Amino acid sequence: MAEAQHLRHSRLVRVTHWVITFAFLALLVSGLEIVVSHPRFYWGETGNVNTPLLFKIPIPSSRNMVPTGYGYVLPDQNGWSRYLHFQSAWVLVLIGLLYGVAGLLNGHFRRNLLPALSDISPKSLAGSILEHLRFKRPSAEEAWSYNLLQRLAYLLVIFVLFPMIIWTGLAMSPSFVSVVPAAVNVLGGQQSARTLHFFLTGALVLFLLVHVFMVFLTGFRSRMRAMITGRPAEPLERV
Amino acid sequence: MSKLSRRKLITTGLTVTAGASGLVAAAKLAKRYGLIPPDSGGIYGPGETLTYATQRLLTRHSLAREFSRSQISKNPFANEVAPLGEDFKRFQLGAFTDWRVAVDGMVARPASFSLAELKGFPRRGHITMIQCEEGWSYIAEWTGVALSHVLERVGALPQARYVVYRSIQTDWWESIDMADALHPQTLLTYEMNGGELPVGFGGPLRMRVSRQLGYKSVKYITRLTMTDNLKQFGKGLGSASPEGGYAWFAGA
Repeated sequence: MAEAQHLRHSRLVRVTHWVITFAFLALLVSGLEIVVSHPRFYWGETGNVNTPLLFKIPIPSSRNMVPTGYGYVLPDQNGWSRYLHFQSAWVLVLIGLLYGVAGLLNGHFRRNLLPALSDISPKSLAGSILEHLRFKRPSAEEAWSYNLLQRLAYLLVIFVLFPMIIWTGLAMSPSFVSVVPAAVNVLGGQQSARTLHFFLTGALVLFLLVHVFMVFLTGFRSRMRAMITGRPAEPLERV
Repeated sequence: MSKLSRRKLITTGLTVTAGASGLVAAAKLAKRYGLIPPDSGGIYGPGETLTYATQRLLTRHSLAREFSRSQISKNPFANEVAPLGEDFKRFQLGAFTDWRVAVDGMVARPASFSLAELKGFPRRGHITMIQCEEGWSYIAEWTGVALSHVLERVGALPQARYVVYRSIQTDWWESIDMADALHPQTLLTYEMNGGELPVGFGGPLRMRVSRQLGYKSVKYITRLTMTDNLKQFGKGLGSASPEGGYAWFAGA
């Protein structure tokens, strides 16, 4: 714990951050690849090319039975994509659980992510949003902490988006829902679960893009070093 | 990195050793209780084994969701199948009266049943969803004979652990463990939505494995083989799916 005091990020946070990053990227690539075999989305229990759809992605498909408007069919990559998707999901869930349980026990969430009660006001929220919109570089001491919008975004990702995307993923499994039918029934059906899974992916990708953009805005080298070695930015570098 | 002390090295080494021996012990236990899928080798083996083992601990007896008649899909989708050969067309011209299913392997009385004989066995049915690994789905009423009933008739030997099932399309064969083979919803189906099972949907006879994705519900079944060892079939990965890059267990 003595070590933790002069480190920006604890070793647990750094290791789980990068393992989850790689698992998420593997899930994203394999998930999009699976979508290519049927780039149509539905609502309710069932859906196929004979039924009305909610929306479709205007891309070619890896199956010739899907009417896409393109005159060609992409190669089928679903086999390894599905294997990789589920293996990465296991890594993400297990390492995510380790991070979540440790974060609750050692006070990481309470200390570093939960905003102070006094900070949760429309005024300070508006202030934080305005600072972000102006692309204002944070002050030196902010390299040691998280600002309000950042805290709320991280909490949303950790406690809402990730649990929801795991849940909607499980809700698509015919075996899993044979044990927990409520997991899919409360979502309105298996195709609804699939569509929600896709929307949640979009939300997480949006988070990833903003997150990486902010890392660049606030100093790529120092932020990366803080998340890799744990040592924060040196003032000298921040000229 | 100078802080890497001897003590740290020793504790890390011990942790890794303990972890590794724990994994070996877990693998032995898993093997004994049939929690290792036949495609557990290779880089995706760990994930596949975790999935299958977890599913088997959770789902040995659970029933797939069943739906009401009003939820049956009005426009089911028959996926494309490879062109059906001359053999099949001959059976089709004869209204499939000559279609037979051989049951062999680890059974006391190997047998062969005609469609008429199968239809004489107790009828079972359910209204369930069939999901393709691609993402689409439909709900239909499936009627046939429980696979467990056929296995009982031929005297399945207690040491049998899998049922290998083959199609007239020789490159599409599958296998399931006994949890799925004896599952009450696992049927050899010959009717769909109250009528003859159409050829596009697997008629005259389709294996219906209700808790797994569509590719385990093989069409045009001709042969069932009970075994305690999947290594002797094909490339030894359990079925044609892993040979084509797809997971053997398709419950996820």
